[in-house]
Amino acid sequence: MSTIALNTSSAVGKAAAGNAEAPVRIAVRDLNFYYGDFRSLKDINLDFYDRQVTALIGPSGCGKSTLLRTFNRIYSLYPEQRADGEILLDGQNVLSPSIDVNELRARVGMVFQKPTPFPMSIYDNIAFGIKLYERLPKSELDGRVEEALRKAALWDEAKDKLRQSGMSLSGGQQQRLCIARTIAQKPEVILLDEPTSALDPISTGKIEELIEQLRAEFTIVIVTHNMQQAARISQFTAFMYLGELVEFGPTTKMFMKPSKKQTQDYITGRFG
Amino acid sequence: MDTALQHRSVTEPTAAPAPWGRVRRSRHLADRALKIICTLFTILGAFVLGWILLMLLIEGIGGLSPAVFTETTPGPGSQGGGIANAIVGSLILTFLGIVVATPVGVLAGTYLAEYGKTSKLAEVIRFVNDILLAAPSILIGLFVYMLMVQPMGGYSGWAGGVALAIIAVPVIVRTTEDMLRLVPGSLREAGAALGAPMSTVIIKISWKAARAGMVTGVLLATARIAGETAPLLFTALNNNFWFNPNLMGGVANLPVMIYQFALSPYENWRELAWAGALIITMSILALSVVARLLLRKDKVR
Repeated sequence: MSTIALNTSSAVGKAAAGNAEAPVRIAVRDLNFYYGDFRSLKDINLDFYDRQVTALIGPSGCGKSTLLRTFNRIYSLYPEQRADGEILLDGQNVLSPSIDVNELRARVGMVFQKPTPFPMSIYDNIAFGIKLYERLPKSELDGRVEEALRKAALWDEAKDKLRQSGMSLSGGQQQRLCIARTIAQKPEVILLDEPTSALDPISTGKIEELIEQLRAEFTIVIVTHNMQQAARISQFTAFMYLGELVEFGPTTKMFMKPSKKQTQDYITGRFG
Repeated sequence: MDTALQHRSVTEPTAAPAPWGRVRRSRHLADRALKIICTLFTILGAFVLGWILLMLLIEGIGGLSPAVFTETTPGPGSQGGGIANAIVGSLILTFLGIVVATPVGVLAGTYLAEYGKTSKLAEVIRFVNDILLAAPSILIGLFVYMLMVQPMGGYSGWAGGVALAIIAVPVIVRTTEDMLRLVPGSLREAGAALGAPMSTVIIKISWKAARAGMVTGVLLATARIAGETAPLLFTALNNNFWFNPNLMGGVANLPVMIYQFALSPYENWRELAWAGALIITMSILALSVVARLLLRKDKVR
């Protein structure tokens, strides 16, 4: 057995076990996705549980980011991209044209691979999202900004420079700012697209701790290339390959005794 | 992993050509030659520019006096005089031009970068804009003559302003689009992911991120039209008086004043032309420097 498998299996114990009793928050049904004529997701059926962390893993190009990007319909910024099937958020199909995408995105927040602070102050970065949907008096807005920064474990580092540009923060701080900005809107679901792949190990550790805390309040879906990370922070794991869902289950089971050989091979680093 | 494989490649170089002296001598020479030629021509360009500036300084400073800034242009045969009317006229025409051109240029550039992108319409607009960018400016003067001067029954500052605006628009469109395209798409996605409609993303995020570059574009367009002569010949014309408050009739301006006075037989007119040329050049230089500083400040931040 290779060292990777040893590490992951020892890490599995740390994350709380998956709770399959939790209600389903997002149900994906027969989802297909197309970039132009290329079909990049094939008949995906998958459930995401309320206030659990679900990790999407798989080799590059397997469709895990594509899947994530359908949940808030961010793909629809690009006219050549198209999804069909159903994604039920609390029973309502978010792919239906009658759903307002902007409202959907306020309910389903997203954090990207590279930190994306807006060219404005730290305070305004966070107030930006709140102000889109709520009209608050200044004092209340201040409170919401502080609350978001505290929840994102950035308050102590940022409280004295709220008026400084968000770009003046370090990479890890910028990413926590982006998380703060997302949770400030009080979404129900948070999508994380490889949120630590551009960060150093210490910043990565902080973000992982943060995700563990946020689980109490939010349903979290995270795409990651790092299998130890999936094992450390998720309760459920979905393994995808070539646009198909290969296996889904509680993370402990996926890493200790996956039922498919393909999953076993990927997790132990034999391909991918 | 098979670590032995890695070791082998380090200790046993594959069938060895001589490690040094593989680069032919002629390649070194060609390398050196290109560098020398490029340097020489750069010096040549800078020398011509320096010569122009030096001549302008020598001739222009001689013509400068307080009267230049306070008195109007002198009539034929009269002594002294200044170019106050032409300076103020140029300021007004340039201001008019840039006020008309900025919204048109910024919004069109925004359309190209944010909405049109690679659509057919956007490609056509981009192409037409490039043609307009290179259009002979005398043509634009003639166009505005037909469009405004003839129907309005006379030369006017308004026609001059519109002619200058037409020169400035393609410059602003181009820089606005280029600067907006430098804003990473990930920033737009992040804005959209918070549920911001596209208009909010453009105004609050894209424009903000590209602000310095866009302002620079407007400043450079201002510098460009401040020195334009041809479009004013048929539109604002020029005269030796203060302009009418309604800007109808000719409006004195520096470029056309320089053109007319420099060709005149009167010594004091030619001196004023040099003084005007110096003033206009220094203003354009100052604008360009401010534009540069703005961009640099933005990069540091």
